[in-house]
Amino acid sequence: MANKKPKFAVFKMSSCDGCQLSLLDAEDELLELLGGIELAYFPEASSRMLKGPYDIGLVEGSITTPRNVEEIRQIRKECKILITIGACATAGGIQALRNWKDVKEFTKIVYASPEYISTLNRSLPVSSYVHVDFELRGCPINKYQLIEVLKAFLNHRKPNIATRSVCVDCKLKGNVCVMVARSTPCLGPVTQGGCNALCPSYDRGCFGCYGPMDSTNTSSLAAEFREMGETNYEIMNVFRSYNAYAEPFRKESEANEK
Amino acid sequence: MKTISKDSLDKIIGYLKYKGYKVIGPSVRDGAIIYDEISCIEDLPAGWGDEQEAGHYRLRKRNDGALFGYAAGPQSWKKFLFPGKLKLWEAEKNSKGFEITPANGQFPKYAFIGVRSCELHAVFIQDKVFNNGMFSDTYYNKIRKNIFIAAVNCAEAGKTCFCVSMKTGPKAEEGYDIALTEIINQDEHYFVVDEGTPKGSELMEQIESLTSTEEQLAAADDALKNAESNMGRTLETDGIKSLLYKNHANTVWDQIAKRCLSCANCTMVCPTCFCSNVEDVTDLSGDHTERWRTWDSCFNLDYSKVAGGNFRTSIKARYRQWMTHKLASWIDQFGISGCVGCGRCITWCPVGIDITKEVSNIRKSLKN
Repeated sequence: MANKKPKFAVFKMSSCDGCQLSLLDAEDELLELLGGIELAYFPEASSRMLKGPYDIGLVEGSITTPRNVEEIRQIRKECKILITIGACATAGGIQALRNWKDVKEFTKIVYASPEYISTLNRSLPVSSYVHVDFELRGCPINKYQLIEVLKAFLNHRKPNIATRSVCVDCKLKGNVCVMVARSTPCLGPVTQGGCNALCPSYDRGCFGCYGPMDSTNTSSLAAEFREMGETNYEIMNVFRSYNAYAEPFRKESEANEK
Repeated sequence: MKTISKDSLDKIIGYLKYKGYKVIGPSVRDGAIIYDEISCIEDLPAGWGDEQEAGHYRLRKRNDGALFGYAAGPQSWKKFLFPGKLKLWEAEKNSKGFEITPANGQFPKYAFIGVRSCELHAVFIQDKVFNNGMFSDTYYNKIRKNIFIAAVNCAEAGKTCFCVSMKTGPKAEEGYDIALTEIINQDEHYFVVDEGTPKGSELMEQIESLTSTEEQLAAADDALKNAESNMGRTLETDGIKSLLYKNHANTVWDQIAKRCLSCANCTMVCPTCFCSNVEDVTDLSGDHTERWRTWDSCFNLDYSKVAGGNFRTSIKARYRQWMTHKLASWIDQFGISGCVGCGRCITWCPVGIDITKEVSNIRKSLKN
């Protein structure tokens, strides 16, 4: 039994599929990965779908429908290790913008027969419903971080996924700070690194795709943005994007709502 | 003292390259003056200066074509001596267990052009950290003993500079192979050169030079005096150790914590901060392992995590730890202050927290 390849599954809740594709995008590592695991369930990649239980399950997407709730509870029962991937699964995603609005109103406006729509009032992360063993952030996730997480779990070690700011990635890369040298508003100082400082490397401010870092001071950064000429409405919108419902970002956007 | 023409600097760079050095110097990139490999005098930031304030940096054009007319930028020489990411060793599983191979067979031979006095002091401080009798860092010391240092005396001070307060400048006093002072008059552009080591003298024998005249030496002195009297900041260091030790409960820390982002920028740009993290990385099979060292920071929650959690969970506790270590407990630990007064932590803090101002805020709070 000890040498049996671990059974691996990939599930999808409410999401765009981009994070699952990061796994298929890991071309150089994919064959090696497939050599070390049994790909038991991954509808995006294979029509061969084996029944659980599974050793490792990856879940993409947020919980937005009653069906999602049932599915995720079943998935949790079937997976020894449950890892959520991406901003939707870890924070509720961009669709969590509905959490500030009346969803029934939306369904009336969008659908001809809204009575067929069964949806929850809020889009929430998987961890709001079931225990999650590891959350991998990002919109989308970084494929190298995903491979690192899989390597770590397959070797029974802690993943080397830093929870500190994007600023550290910028400095390791030798980037010149866009806030200090260009007065470009940047969420880097409150956002968890992991993207290798993608946007600041192209002279843009960080969009916060990886969500709040381990220890945030969003109000100080918002005050600095105000100093740079941003309005409260603009600041609210900056914090209200892919990780809008992650608590520190949610609170800061609400503080700037009026 | 010798005097060389501006163009002779190009010959110095060429000679160092010929001698097998990887020559590193200042260059303009992405709106700032950074340190990178250079191949000739054209790579230097001719005619560029900078404008610095707390949380603010802009390049500005100079009208005199100075090659070293800028203050300390976002990077320091630390990135070469103590790289941000370094593979320490790798290991391969075999039938008997595993075999370890050291990763750093390559130790580049660097020549640093344009090292400021404060930066030289930062290197001296890191020498005490990485080679202190108890611990010796292999990579640092192998590189350190072979570097060629061409220091440049500061003719101007930046708005966030305070080397005079820290007694680390603006004149490079020791530890260099050659020290240059750039002089630009109406129709002249030359360097006054001081040879600090036999290695420096050996280089200068290859370069066309004249013995400096009284006027030239006076001009070099004036340049330094100009820098010295125009420091943008001052930090009162009298009794600083007991000041910080006695004021760990001061409300100034609460005020700072309201602003501090805990983003770690100050520690990354600091030329003396030396914290690092060591991570082991395996491949998918688990047969191959690598150990990597990366820059870390006392502002990162993971950094001080021990069994049971982190004992500095608040930003207030982490800022206080950083500043108290830098200015006070560093003296107990290494016999020297950890601050060289370069001002980088002030300029590159996204919200402009100013270490000199915070020290004076603590002093002021005691008078009230």
